Amino acid sequence: MAAKQVNPTRMELTRLKKKRVTAIRGHKLLKDKRDELMRQYLDLVRENMEVRKKVEAGIRSANKNFVIAKAGMSEAALNTALMAPKQEVSLEAGEKNVMSVDIPTFEYKTRTADENDIYSYGFAFTSSDLDGAVKSLADILPDMIRLAEVEKACQLMAAEIEKTRRRVNALEHVIIPETEESIKYITMKLDENERSTQIRLMKVKDMMLEEAHHYSEK
Amino acid sequence: MYKIAVVGDYDSIYGFATLGLGICPVKTREETVGTLRRLVEEEYGIIYITEAAAAMAEDELEEYREKTLPAIIQIPGVSGNTGAGVEGVKKTVEQAVGSDILFGGVS
Repeated sequence: MAAKQVNPTRMELTRLKKKRVTAIRGHKLLKDKRDELMRQYLDLVRENMEVRKKVEAGIRSANKNFVIAKAGMSEAALNTALMAPKQEVSLEAGEKNVMSVDIPTFEYKTRTADENDIYSYGFAFTSSDLDGAVKSLADILPDMIRLAEVEKACQLMAAEIEKTRRRVNALEHVIIPETEESIKYITMKLDENERSTQIRLMKVKDMMLEEAHHYSEK
Repeated sequence: MYKIAVVGDYDSIYGFATLGLGICPVKTREETVGTLRRLVEEEYGIIYITEAAAAMAEDELEEYREKTLPAIIQIPGVSGNTGAGVEGVKKTVEQAVGSDILFGGVS
C-alpha cells in the first residue's frame, strides 16, 4: 500500500515517527473516551426507555380522563374553565459536561408555591372528571421534565459516540497503518542508499589503488 | 429562564395549558414547521410535540437533534400511541452502538 508518495529523507522519517506516536496516543485516548461514553450512555438509555414508557402510559390515561371530562361538559364550558391558566411553569436550564458532551439539565419552578394549585376554574360549573384529568396530567409533569432531560442527553451522546467511533476507526485502520507503511518505506530506502554509497566508495578505492600501485587489492 | 411548550392538535394538548405550559395547536405541516421555528427563537427549553405532528415535520426535528437546546420530545397524542417516541429512542441506540442491542426484542 504505497499509494502515498513520500520523500525518503531523514527529516520526513522523523516527522512520520512523531506523527505515529501522536496517532497512537490519540487512538488510545479516543478509545477510552468512546468506552466511557458508551458505558454512561447505556445506563442513560435504559432510564430513558423506562421514563418514556411511564410518561406515555401517564399521558394515555390522562387523555382518557380528559375525553371523559369533555363528554360530561359542554365545549364552551370546558374552554372557559381552561382559558386562563393559574399555574405557570418556568424552566431553569443548566448544562452538564459528560465526557465533553454538553447535556442540558432542567429544573422547573411553578409560579405559585403550591404545586397542587392547578385548578384554574371554580368547581361549581365543571364536572369532577375534569379535576381528575387535570390532576393526572399534573402528576406526570415531573416525569415529563425528566424525560426531556434524559432523552436529549441520549440524543447528544449518541451523536458524540458515533463521531468518536469514526475517529477511532479512522486512526486505527487508516492513519496508523499508512504512517507505519511510510516509515518502513523510508527506512528501507535510506538503508539501500547507504549500502550503495558504501559499495561506490569501495569501488573507487579499488580503482585508486590500481592506478597508484598497479595492483588490485584482493 | 426558559419556557415549555406543547405542540400538536388541539384535542391532545389543551390539558397541558392548566399546568402552565404554553400550548400551540397546529394542524398542517406548514403550521407545525412555522410554530417550531418560532418556539426555538423564543427560547423555549423543552418542546413537547405529539407524535402525529412530529411525523409531519420530521426533517425539521432532525435539525435540532444535535443542539443542546431545545429538547424536542415526542409524546403520544389523544388519537393513540404510534410508537414513534420509542422508535426514536431505539434510533439513538442504533446510532451509538451500530445496532439495536437493548430493545430489539421488546417493544
